[in-house]
Amino acid sequence: MPRPSTFALSLLGLLVCGLLGVLAESLLSTARHQARLDANRELVARLGLTDLALFTEARYTRHPSQADLHSALQDHPGAFDHFPSGSLLAPPAHLTRLHDETHEPVAGKTTSPD
Amino acid sequence: MSPWLEKQRHLIDFTLASLARRKTRNLGLLVVYTLLVFVLASLTLYSNALRSEAKYVLAGSPEVILQRMVAGRHDLIPPGYLEKIGRIRGVQKKEGRLWGYYYDPVLKANYTFMARPASEVADGSIMVGEALARERGLARNNTISFRSYSGKLFSFEVAAVLSPDSELLSADLVLLSEGDFRRFFEYPDGHYTDIALSVANPQEVRNVAAKLTATLPDSRPILREEVQRTYQSVFDWREGILLTVLAGAILAFAILAWEKASGLSAEEKREIGILKAIGWETGDVIRMKIWEGLLISLTAFLGGFLAAYVHVFHFGAAVFTPVLKGWSVLYPKFALVPAVDGLQVATLFFFTVFPYTAAILVPIWRAAITDPDAVMR
Repeated sequence: MPRPSTFALSLLGLLVCGLLGVLAESLLSTARHQARLDANRELVARLGLTDLALFTEARYTRHPSQADLHSALQDHPGAFDHFPSGSLLAPPAHLTRLHDETHEPVAGKTTSPD
Repeated sequence: MSPWLEKQRHLIDFTLASLARRKTRNLGLLVVYTLLVFVLASLTLYSNALRSEAKYVLAGSPEVILQRMVAGRHDLIPPGYLEKIGRIRGVQKKEGRLWGYYYDPVLKANYTFMARPASEVADGSIMVGEALARERGLARNNTISFRSYSGKLFSFEVAAVLSPDSELLSADLVLLSEGDFRRFFEYPDGHYTDIALSVANPQEVRNVAAKLTATLPDSRPILREEVQRTYQSVFDWREGILLTVLAGAILAFAILAWEKASGLSAEEKREIGILKAIGWETGDVIRMKIWEGLLISLTAFLGGFLAAYVHVFHFGAAVFTPVLKGWSVLYPKFALVPAVDGLQVATLFFFTVFPYTAAILVPIWRAAITDPDAVMR
């Protein structure tokens, strides 16, 4: 029967190999993703884009870098709300309710233009 | 095998046997420890990858965006404004941009409409982002209608769906011709949303911004470096929110690990006493406990980190998506470039492995130097 240390050291060795593996993968995949990154940078330059489309719910989250001086996030992204009241007021109910609804693709299903 | 190595292996054998005697407790600790490293590492990897991606792609954005402010709010650029900028030294190109938001009641989502020259998008056609196309079930040559803010209905033919690879930038984008944009939003002729300026020399950008503010006091220049800085901070902040939420869990683990590592149970004390009584040296006891700390913390660190890597880069950080998604209806599907920062790995290692192993040492040393007879009683 193998010694417990053999098992433990093999496990650690395996995990270290895994770590080296992911480090190697991250280096290799940077090269693999380079074409996509370059194409995206070219798209940004061509369309003059300024922001990522990560948070599309409000103008100051869709374009945080372009938000006007008095909108939330402007002074600093950490300043989500300017005043303490912002943390006490719940978001309007209709906003949170809408998010929960699921949407079905409607193209081709409607009889009249929406 | 050298005697030193053989001795270490025997110490590891003995440590594992000792850990196995309190199997449930030690396994529980290992699982919690691994989970903690997993969450912290996922957070770090995800934020770092997003930051790197934003930095790289947004390096192509315009050097300066000029907005006009009226009563503290972003307002339209009126006719003649572009001419007022005149010929500022260093400005290579100035271009009025047309873009705005449209709320689609069908999806209950916001789209970003952006005008493009007729050479790119013909009148009556649009190009849409992949996320929008997916949610609305659109494909090339399909027709879609939008009701404008004035109540009129406009139909557009989808000329193209933007590449899914660009979804992080174009998820909600609708590109249409300038004429269509002006008709749809009833934008007055000669007005623009803002102005994009190209500056050839990066050293000149700040001077150009200062000259713009002097020439047009109601304007607000936004520099590319500010855009990039915004994104660095946005992800710091999101990361910070998650860390705040996790703070309780981290503290709970710290207490658990401290209690486990520093407070020796009566059984452990007795074990040390017996070892000393049968001839173990203080150094051997300490070495055995260091092995215990290293085996647990290294396994937890490596296991947690590898799981985090797979979670973030192969499963799209499924655990964090609800937090990052916020209230967005349209959320892009994107694969991040695996960016592992050596310094980050080292920091995580230092803050997870080192404290646990160090916490073990003091009480063990104290127990190991006391008289075996006193410890065993």
